[in-house]
Amino acid sequence: MSREPLLEVTNLVKTFGGFRALDGVTFTLHKGEIMGLVGPNGSGKTTCINVISGLYKPDSGNLRFLGKTIAGQAPHKMARLGINRTFQVPKPFRELTVAENILVVHATNKHTEIGDPLEFVGLKNVAHRKAGSLTSGQQKLLDLARALASGPSLLLIDELAAGLSPSELDDVAEKLLTLATRGISLLVVEHLLGFVNQLTQRVIVMNAGKEIFEGDLASAAKDERVVEVYLGR
Amino acid sequence: MRPVRLAWLLLSTLFLMGFPFVFGSGGGTSLLEQIFVFGAFAMSYDLLIGYTGIVSFGHAMFFGTGAYAVAIVLSKTGGSTVGLLLGFLIAMTISILLSLVVAFLSLRVRHTYFAMVTLAVGQVFFVLAGSQPLRPLTNANDGISVLTPVWLNSNLAVYYFILIFLAIVTLFLHRFIHSPFGEVLRALRENESRAKALGYRIFHYKTLAFLLSGLIATLAGGMYVVVESFVSTSVYDIGSVSLQVVLMTIVGGVGTLYGGLIGAGIILWLQNELANLAGSYPVFNHAEIAFGVLYVLVVRFLPNGILGTLKGRKGRWRWTSQTFKKSQT
Repeated sequence: MSREPLLEVTNLVKTFGGFRALDGVTFTLHKGEIMGLVGPNGSGKTTCINVISGLYKPDSGNLRFLGKTIAGQAPHKMARLGINRTFQVPKPFRELTVAENILVVHATNKHTEIGDPLEFVGLKNVAHRKAGSLTSGQQKLLDLARALASGPSLLLIDELAAGLSPSELDDVAEKLLTLATRGISLLVVEHLLGFVNQLTQRVIVMNAGKEIFEGDLASAAKDERVVEVYLGR
Repeated sequence: MRPVRLAWLLLSTLFLMGFPFVFGSGGGTSLLEQIFVFGAFAMSYDLLIGYTGIVSFGHAMFFGTGAYAVAIVLSKTGGSTVGLLLGFLIAMTISILLSLVVAFLSLRVRHTYFAMVTLAVGQVFFVLAGSQPLRPLTNANDGISVLTPVWLNSNLAVYYFILIFLAIVTLFLHRFIHSPFGEVLRALRENESRAKALGYRIFHYKTLAFLLSGLIATLAGGMYVVVESFVSTSVYDIGSVSLQVVLMTIVGGVGTLYGGLIGAGIILWLQNELANLAGSYPVFNHAEIAFGVLYVLVVRFLPNGILGTLKGRKGRWRWTSQTFKKSQT
């Protein structure tokens, strides 16, 4: 992992009506680093990656990627810059085959760090099948493969582990660690702290749109504020 | 190409090539010419609704523009070949400009609003074509009778001219929807936000699809004049053109490409038969009722259209037989 900053998030604010979904979020992610973004439901984790991926425009704050300001750019521009993501609900292109789902991405992006994305996620054997016929676990893997096919240098992972079996979880964790060793940075939004623990020790805990903790996972488990939002007093 | 598909292609080509010699160049051939023109028109519409997910209720604006541009230039040039070519060239230029303007005005809005905008623009053209101030150009509600070039004076020549046009359009659309660009269109039809997240500026893709679809519809409109030697405001009519092309595409099968051709064949044949019956039974003058019933039946029993249903059954049969074979081993 390099100490060169890849993504710098500064005082990011996003409101929906009167509700502050993100309230001054600040952090830095380095090249090849994996960072967990955890917190209870409604804490602003998914909103945060929606803003980074360009799906939402921030109300204020700054986003710098490889030293360039990118806040508020459209999703297609973010993807071309090298920021891609998976979704909580994968929604593949159901009428296209698994291979076509990847080919669609390859139509503009020819360079990937990990070779054949389908091979990498283990879906090569179902490449000819319609994506709509895959199991939900396979659809999640296809979503990951589709994001990888665009050759990202930053991958935003939104609750990839939800709905996967324990053996699938181990397998996915191993794949994500492989990605990091090949220089792809990962920002992992996740509920399952055990899964995050397999990937990284560096986490940010969010609550009500604010960061309440940044540091290693073991310390987070002892932090009073974190215990409070997870377990209540 | 699979042998069955190749056999179908050869058989249908032979059938269409030999039709005028076997059945004469009378009513049947004229009906086929109309089917070719409206089939190309319906396939162009399927590129929009079936492959891009854009619903337009004003596709007649392109068809009518093609028809009027070719008819006006032919009538001014005395039916010369140069006039025909120039007419098509002008029609295509107007079509490109029109589709760009409509796309920039409305393709960014939600699908329902886009459909409404196309409906409104289509009606503007209908009113303009029949308006008195434009009579010197369009002959208003009286329409324009045209002379076609000498080499298109025989029914046989017109038949083969339109058949070649249909073959080129079909081949082009087939190649287009199977190109990487076509794959992206199918992807954004299914999920625009995911396509955006993968790096596609979907507005550009939708605009180009709209432009191409409009261009083919314009050419089909020009061919309509070659077949009919006449054009009137009916080419801009919502009911008889814009909604009919929707019906043709739905009956044949949305997102199947060739379904548009099949839908055009069924609807124009039915229209022809009902017109014949109306001579003896006046009740058949109300063809709209028959089309209404047809639409309800198709939506109820064949929601994927004729070709879509056949493809689905074939897919299911193939899956079942493969699963059965696997279970035997």
